[in-house]
Amino acid sequence: MSSHSAALTPSASEWQLPDKGKMGMLCLIVAEIAIFAIFVVAYIFYMGKSLSGPTPAQVLKLPIIGTICLLSSSISVHFAVSTLEKGKTQLCSLWLAITVLLGLIFLSGTATEWYELINVDGLTIRTNLFGTTFYSLVGLHATHVAVGLILLSLTLGFGIAGKLSDRHAHRLDVLSYYWHFVDAVWVVVFIVVYVVGR
Amino acid sequence: MHKESPMTPSQTASAAIDPMKPPQAGKLWLEAANEWFSTVDHKRIGLLYIGYALVFLLIAGFEAVLIRIQLAVPNNHFISPQVFNRMFTMHGTTMVFFVGMPILFGFGNYLVPLMIGARDMAFPRLNAFSFWISAFGGLLLYFSFIGGDGLYGAGTAPDVGWFAYAPLTSRLFSPGHSTDYWILGVFLSGIGSVGTALNLVVTIVCMRCKGMTMGRLPLLPWLYLVTSAMVFIAIGPLTAAQIMLMLDRFLGAHFFDAQAGGSAVLWMHFFWIFGHPEVYILVLPAFAFANEIIPVFSRKPIFGYPAMVAATVLIGFISMGVWAHHMFTVGLGPAGNTFFTLATMIISVPTGIKIFNWLATIWGGKIRFATPMIFSIGFLFQFLIAGLTGIMLSVAPLDWQLGNSYFVVAHFHFVLVGAILYMIFAAFYYWYPKMFGRLLNETLGKWHFWLFTIGFHLTFDTMHIPGVLGMPRRIYTYEADRGWGMWNMVETVGMVFQVAGLLCFVWNVIQAYRHGEEAGPDPWDAWTLEWATTSPPPAYNFAEDPVVHSRRPLWDLKHPEAPDTHFE
Repeated sequence: MSSHSAALTPSASEWQLPDKGKMGMLCLIVAEIAIFAIFVVAYIFYMGKSLSGPTPAQVLKLPIIGTICLLSSSISVHFAVSTLEKGKTQLCSLWLAITVLLGLIFLSGTATEWYELINVDGLTIRTNLFGTTFYSLVGLHATHVAVGLILLSLTLGFGIAGKLSDRHAHRLDVLSYYWHFVDAVWVVVFIVVYVVGR
Repeated sequence: MHKESPMTPSQTASAAIDPMKPPQAGKLWLEAANEWFSTVDHKRIGLLYIGYALVFLLIAGFEAVLIRIQLAVPNNHFISPQVFNRMFTMHGTTMVFFVGMPILFGFGNYLVPLMIGARDMAFPRLNAFSFWISAFGGLLLYFSFIGGDGLYGAGTAPDVGWFAYAPLTSRLFSPGHSTDYWILGVFLSGIGSVGTALNLVVTIVCMRCKGMTMGRLPLLPWLYLVTSAMVFIAIGPLTAAQIMLMLDRFLGAHFFDAQAGGSAVLWMHFFWIFGHPEVYILVLPAFAFANEIIPVFSRKPIFGYPAMVAATVLIGFISMGVWAHHMFTVGLGPAGNTFFTLATMIISVPTGIKIFNWLATIWGGKIRFATPMIFSIGFLFQFLIAGLTGIMLSVAPLDWQLGNSYFVVAHFHFVLVGAILYMIFAAFYYWYPKMFGRLLNETLGKWHFWLFTIGFHLTFDTMHIPGVLGMPRRIYTYEADRGWGMWNMVETVGMVFQVAGLLCFVWNVIQAYRHGEEAGPDPWDAWTLEWATTSPPPAYNFAEDPVVHSRRPLWDLKHPEAPDTHFE
């Protein structure tokens, strides 16, 4: 864990404190959960209260492939961290590339879904309460996926350039916490929007 | 008991610093400005926060003065109804988001690393980012005076009230961009708050010096830890609600649009899920100051340290479940009313524990009536009254009668001014010597206290009465036959005293910067780590990392014959 505070007085006994990066990321995740919770509450509160169509049952399809991809990317990012910890940077880059690819498949799934909803079904954010709450909740999540993808691609870029080493495993670990969080939020969004809400 | 040179007292530190300190004289002002703009030092960022908050305190205070002049006599036409609406909106928004939050974060930034024996915050650059994004939010809010209506004219600040109820904020009822500036200003300040709160939590959890277990952590960092945790949970709903409101206003979404089935009450819920914890976010740092100041000036350790921590954590939890007591008049139904009445009453229990702990700390102590202490005593009295009117308002049927009246305004000003602002003043008198190396003037301090206290009670004691007589808040004038005129005149007279007191304070702060008495490292004979280094502390705080063995490390150092380690 942290070495910064342990090595103050060489003769002294161990003085261990939690790791700053992980603690900071956990705090950020708590703050993010509060934001998502409000959007989920709004979605549930307005479920079935739209004054006009289209309704979720008419237009929503289960995003099975996207969901599988996003959830698997949690596993691949985990392998990216563990391989980097062992110093296998090439392998780490490969796992990172797989993670980014899976995330991109998920995002393109959302993009296709939105394109069809807007152009085929005529559902926009101003159509009805379903449109309002759907686009904002799913859009907020997609924004978080996009931010995570930017950060992961940056790391991947460093990996390809050969600048990644086991020294950076801790930072990648912190980033992976964020990615796991984004995946966990999707589980909630999926259940609320596509299972219960449909 | 303190073997192996536990802490480096000031002598070692000052010997090490002075040669390295760049000479302030002869520096171009641009260089100095650049140092302040680009600083990542927690002490400088703390001072930036405090200075920024003081500027906004004067601005928002001026807005309050305009409000009070307008209400002094019936049928007054000093300012127009439109301007009156803008004044109370800007006064409330500024005081909460751009005075209260930054001044408390400022003290937290300055004091927390010093008190836990760290050299800086956990994430110094995030710290600077959080300050500047909050500062930008404040500027954006005030830019609305110029840009609120775009090309159509100046002087159109937000006028939707600080809680901006729907549907008043919709495009239809709030055209132009003044409300958008309000949304963005508050939104950005929220991002800054979360950043700083995150920094404080990580600093307190991960950066404590050797030997400072959570049980030995001074109460100020403890309370800042709880406050910051509450910021995460409370600011999120506000941020989410602001995003929704922006979607409504710019993209035509229907979150708060009743025409399309949306709900105005949902905004109230979302706002107050933020809004009530926010009160505790603001008041816990005030408690934190009291926890440090009252023991030092009573010459006793704090009474009931574990009870104090437990009460704080309890307040943190319960405060998340009381928000709808702001909404009794909406009609929540019997279950909702009962739940929120009881929750609100229960939160007064841990708060009461704190008051008893402070009293027990003072009890039998050798009290020194220096300015920080007299402000703390004022705080104790006024906070008690604020709590009692709070319990009155928690009773739903009474709230139906008094809700949205001046009684409510008087109640929350007792909390925000009588409790929080008093402890902020106390904190200034107590820590100013640490920040600038000079003491504030005691005589001016006492003038400040008495003028402000007389003014405060003239204004806010009397304000309860027109509330009971039925005067609603946010009306820009009233008729003469209502019987409110005399009370309002007394309130306005009180305002004059408060302004006089505040001017004493401002003059004191400016005067002491150059001509104040030299403070030395430890002017109050205190016992927490910030007094173990020089005043002002060097950039690295402590020449050697301190090691602590009790809750009062400096006491142990000064009293080797009876250190706290024997008793804890």
